[in-house]
Amino acid sequence: MLWYILRRVLQVIPVFLGATLLIYFMVFALPGDPIAALGGDRGLNPAVADAIRARYHLDQPFFIQYLYYLQGIFTGDLGTTFSGQKVSDILGRTLPVTFRLAVMAIIIEAIVGILIGLVAGLRKNGVFDTVSLLLSLVLISMPIFVLAFLAQFVFGIKLGWARTTVSGDAPLNELILPAFVLAFFVVANVIRLTRTSVIENLDADFVRTATAKGLSRPRIIRVHVLRNSLIPVVTLIGTDFGLLIVGATVTEGIFNVPGVGNTLFKAIILSEAPTVVSFVTVFVIVYLLSNLLVDVLYAFLDPRIRYGK
Amino acid sequence: MSQPTPTTSPTDKRRIGAPLLEIRDLQVSFATQAGMVPAVNGVSLTLLQGETLAIVGESGSGKTTTALSVIKLLPGAAEITGGSILFDGVDLTKLSEKELESVRGKQIGFVPQDPMSNLNPVWRIGFQVEETLVANGKAQRGRDAREKAIAVLESAGLGDAAQRMRQYPHQFSGGMRQRVLIGIGLSSTPKLLIADEPTSALDVTVQRVILDHLAKLTAESGTSVLFITHDLGLAAERAQKLVVMYKGRVVEAGPSVELLQNPQHPYTKRLVAAAPSLASHRLQGSASSIAARDQRDAESADVDLARTAEERAAHAASALAAPPAVQVENLTKVFRISSGKLRSEPFTAVDSVSFSIAKGTTTALVGESGSGKSTVARLVLKLDEPTSGRIVVDGRDLSTTRGKDLLALRRRMQPVFQDPFGSLDPLYNIGATIAEPLVAHRVGNAREQQARVLELLDQVSLPKKLVDRYPNELSGGQRQRVAIARALALKPDIVVLDEAVSALDVLVQAQILALLGELQSELDLTYLFITHDLAVVRLIADNVCVMRKGRIVEAASTSEVFDNPKEQYTQELLAAIPGAGITLGA
Repeated sequence: MLWYILRRVLQVIPVFLGATLLIYFMVFALPGDPIAALGGDRGLNPAVADAIRARYHLDQPFFIQYLYYLQGIFTGDLGTTFSGQKVSDILGRTLPVTFRLAVMAIIIEAIVGILIGLVAGLRKNGVFDTVSLLLSLVLISMPIFVLAFLAQFVFGIKLGWARTTVSGDAPLNELILPAFVLAFFVVANVIRLTRTSVIENLDADFVRTATAKGLSRPRIIRVHVLRNSLIPVVTLIGTDFGLLIVGATVTEGIFNVPGVGNTLFKAIILSEAPTVVSFVTVFVIVYLLSNLLVDVLYAFLDPRIRYGK
Repeated sequence: MSQPTPTTSPTDKRRIGAPLLEIRDLQVSFATQAGMVPAVNGVSLTLLQGETLAIVGESGSGKTTTALSVIKLLPGAAEITGGSILFDGVDLTKLSEKELESVRGKQIGFVPQDPMSNLNPVWRIGFQVEETLVANGKAQRGRDAREKAIAVLESAGLGDAAQRMRQYPHQFSGGMRQRVLIGIGLSSTPKLLIADEPTSALDVTVQRVILDHLAKLTAESGTSVLFITHDLGLAAERAQKLVVMYKGRVVEAGPSVELLQNPQHPYTKRLVAAAPSLASHRLQGSASSIAARDQRDAESADVDLARTAEERAAHAASALAAPPAVQVENLTKVFRISSGKLRSEPFTAVDSVSFSIAKGTTTALVGESGSGKSTVARLVLKLDEPTSGRIVVDGRDLSTTRGKDLLALRRRMQPVFQDPFGSLDPLYNIGATIAEPLVAHRVGNAREQQARVLELLDQVSLPKKLVDRYPNELSGGQRQRVAIARALALKPDIVVLDEAVSALDVLVQAQILALLGELQSELDLTYLFITHDLAVVRLIADNVCVMRKGRIVEAASTSEVFDNPKEQYTQELLAAIPGAGITLGA
């Protein structure tokens, strides 16, 4: 088990280096000279421009610059925005908000998705199954901003159960509505996968044997069907976590959540390169970590992987 | 290794007595798109207390469906549409799902067919035994259950049970898993045990040990056994009474030995004639009387194995003088297998194996799974490179043959594999499948290829109209004929048959073996026949190499190996052929 986790952690390293190199290269390859642009129409004194270039290591070859950039990541120095704020400070403020939102959405997704999927799978082709299929199709085909505006309108304005926007310190109760919107954006896949997986396992030989052993139906479902069915579902939910942190941009914008998505969106509009690069780097790390978590969970659920070669 | 258990031994403490299970006019149907299709049609049988009864039949005969109906483990599409199943005076067909729960496990135990898929891969072995004990009220959850589970596993013949019950199913061998499943089936000392082909997935020597153990356990507790098998020899050896099923009906029933010695129904006669383990005994009997009986029974004329074997013997004598078609010298194959962490260790799959096959004869490589016999086949086909040693085919060393020459050599050497379902591409029709080697080797134009395909279909006795059918429309036997036709397409001299008849029902198996025999004498083919089934060897092979752990432990002519086995391992293998101890009346 320990060996398995260690190997997964080691595998993260080359992926991290590859991904950051790619991001850095893409920024480097963008047309235009940011230093020349600083001078505006009048142009900079060449000596000043050289000094600035030297300060930001822009006179160095590409690969050296990349190493300085890596050094920055590991020492927590992610640069400053045009308005002079430290990027690391902005991240420190916004990432926890998005993280909270994503965790809430994942919990809702898991509970709703697995429950509906399980019941649909157990009553294959029944009324519940058919309705859940239709519902899943509606959810899959609806763009997230439609879902978000609909939720705002119904629950925020008509019913008045929740605020339509989130205030500055993003308290949990105000995040419930956007969390539901995010969860319902991805829940359909969990429903479908759980359903398929449950149906497959209901037909498995070991479930028949469990019945022959004299176990009660609820126990068979819980111990022999659900547990085995969750293995692929966990993988899906785990990768959704990365997706929700990165993909919360639209939802955060609509609900005015002060998270990374919202901030990144504004940074892109303003072409704030250091902010964009840093945020994207953080996203890469989040993706890598959530995939790592999935692998570990996977091993926990499936002993064949834990003890396998 | 124990000798075959007599059907009734003096130490047998079974209380043969009152009827325990009475199935009356059972009807089971499957819901399909074409409506309800009957799978079991009016089956009746009676099982007495302490008795073992075997239901015998080929796949699709309804034997498993009948057995599963007893504890309602039928798949979703199946439904009991009539009849009654009286167990201890209670009609099981009328019980609710809740009432059935208290019958299952507690009163009727079940041992399933495939040990690989019948244990839940994500739970420890111990857990799966303990939950059975707890569910049937045989133990308290926790320490009590753990201790009793150890006892159950130990009595099922699992050494070191306390340690091994902490492991997961994938860490167990097939034989070990089957012991666990037998342990689970018997854990609540049920009155009846249903064993559905409990050992068909296991090697023959393992099968013997497991069944001996099962017989011992059920005899001790006086448990009745309903035994399902496709192997007539096995059934006769293990059960007092036989019920032969065919297409959902019981065609014949009676005491085992009587039924084998004097089968009444034509289907039973064919089964007896075709069972390799039993048929091999016929070879020792009077051939003329067998021939006379076959004349009377027109249905069995197409599967006369005895005659095929005799022809083979005559043919083999004339072929002895020919130079070897295949010569294998000191063949060794070492694999590197991972031993966890980052290390790997060498594993010698094939260890200095030498043999030669004379042109036009058959050499069988026999051994259990893991003995290296299939690796030898792969090396001879040059699908894999040997670590050392030489393979000479028709005077050409395989290791130095490359490019065009290798392609030419491949044309002369063709394989037929075990799985008639997996080895045909479902998206290729039969004509395209058989023509594929011709297309790949650019033999003839389209018209000639088409003519060759029809000729081949004729050679393997398949109707020409199959040419535009697809594999899923064919039976297993037909598919294997297609695979043989494909192998013969390039007019090879050497055919490597890797377990080519192992997946087939016994009657189909007999037909394919007869076909192989005919083709051999007709086309002067050389066969390398890989199998785990010694009974089949006798019917097809001139020479036998017995393999164990990568080495050939015994190599001799077929009659020598059967009549006078020198190695203890060969003797064990021979003794393990089910039904070997049963003598048939001529």
